[in-house]
Amino acid sequence: MLKEFFGSRKNIIFTGIFIGISAAFLQKLGNPANMGICVACMERDIAGALGLHRAEVVQYIRPEIIGFVFGSLIAALIFKEFKARSGSNPLIRFVLGFFAMIGALVFLGCPWRTLLRLAGGDGNALFGLAGLVAGVWIGILFIKSGYNLGRNQKTYPIVGWIMPVITVGLLLLLVFRPQLPSGTVFFSSKGPGAQHAPIFIALIIALAIGFFAQRTRFCTIAAVRDVILIKDNYLVTGVISLLIAAFISNLILKQFHPGFEGQPIAHSNQLWNFGGMVLAGLAFTLAGGCPGRQLFLSGEGDADAAVFVLGMIVGAGFAHNFATASSPKGPGLWGPASVIVGLVICLIIAFSMSDLWKKRMEAKR
Amino acid sequence: MEKENGGKKMNQRIDVRGLSCPLPVVTVRNKLLEIKKGILEVLVDTGTSKENITRMVTNAGWKVVAREEDGEYLLTISK
Repeated sequence: MLKEFFGSRKNIIFTGIFIGISAAFLQKLGNPANMGICVACMERDIAGALGLHRAEVVQYIRPEIIGFVFGSLIAALIFKEFKARSGSNPLIRFVLGFFAMIGALVFLGCPWRTLLRLAGGDGNALFGLAGLVAGVWIGILFIKSGYNLGRNQKTYPIVGWIMPVITVGLLLLLVFRPQLPSGTVFFSSKGPGAQHAPIFIALIIALAIGFFAQRTRFCTIAAVRDVILIKDNYLVTGVISLLIAAFISNLILKQFHPGFEGQPIAHSNQLWNFGGMVLAGLAFTLAGGCPGRQLFLSGEGDADAAVFVLGMIVGAGFAHNFATASSPKGPGLWGPASVIVGLVICLIIAFSMSDLWKKRMEAKR
Repeated sequence: MEKENGGKKMNQRIDVRGLSCPLPVVTVRNKLLEIKKGILEVLVDTGTSKENITRMVTNAGWKVVAREEDGEYLLTISK
């Protein structure tokens, strides 16, 4: 009975409201502006803390990511949904995660932050949102054409525990902050990486979000996809609830500053705000869910989703090392080129793993 | 929609276990559009797929009964 309760519409609305309010308060408690929660940015900060990139202003082990995975794990264990599974083209998922991050860091935010930037008054996010919807729509065209990553299989329970164990390791690094001769673990002393809510509060809030999101299957990408593909508005009610709750919370907390110029951790190059999120939206759609959903899935034993997350973290390292990530000044030197390359690669993947490729091959014979 | 099999009538059955979202719900939707009415049995292996399919078929006017066994579900969809 409890399972059905969590699957009801009022609970997806509750989850959206909870995330929206939590994000606004995490910002009030110290997280960067319009970044109370940003899965891509927070994974990027973790990549920096581990030394996978050396952008000094974005290095911190974000406890929110740890909490998301563990909250989902707890929910999955309580409701007997923890199931170790793997084998649905993990390498392709890694590549999709990599390019999802490349695209998100050209825009400067994942789908969650797109909503939070809008709720904070950042008009540039409208172009990111439009790009995101366009990317999802392109992905849907391939899904309708038979795009399929293949089936996963049940596997040894230990496989499902790897991601939760990785996050325990991250938590230990965050709490004990060992300093190796190389300088790792890196923690920013200025910039967004130095701005964070108290660890314990952030962790508790993220645990709750992970728990509710696992139960309600909250996913920002599936929200858009399901409306277009199967006319199902269940998930999008949660996303709209998040947006409204964050907007009202920002008004109350005096964090709403409408405009386009000078928005926090954002730029106003609208072509690449749009383009970056086309790439991210397409990659997330081809992988089956938004970055938050990938974390929640990895918490319930989905090792393929965990590989996607690792792809995102490695992608973040590349994005800063190879100057593809944007800054408030605008896109990085190789940002536009990386988006184009990413789109080409994602389209080749989508095409070659759909019926379009099979038909082409049959026609040749 | 039933199939003859050795003199016995069998319901059509599809297996969407192991497929990523949204393929389980899309596969079932396509099958229901094809058969239009009758009975379809669907094997699913996650709560997410079970909920998504149940919501989609209910919205489309079909009835669904779910039976759980060892963490997997057999959905019997009928109209």
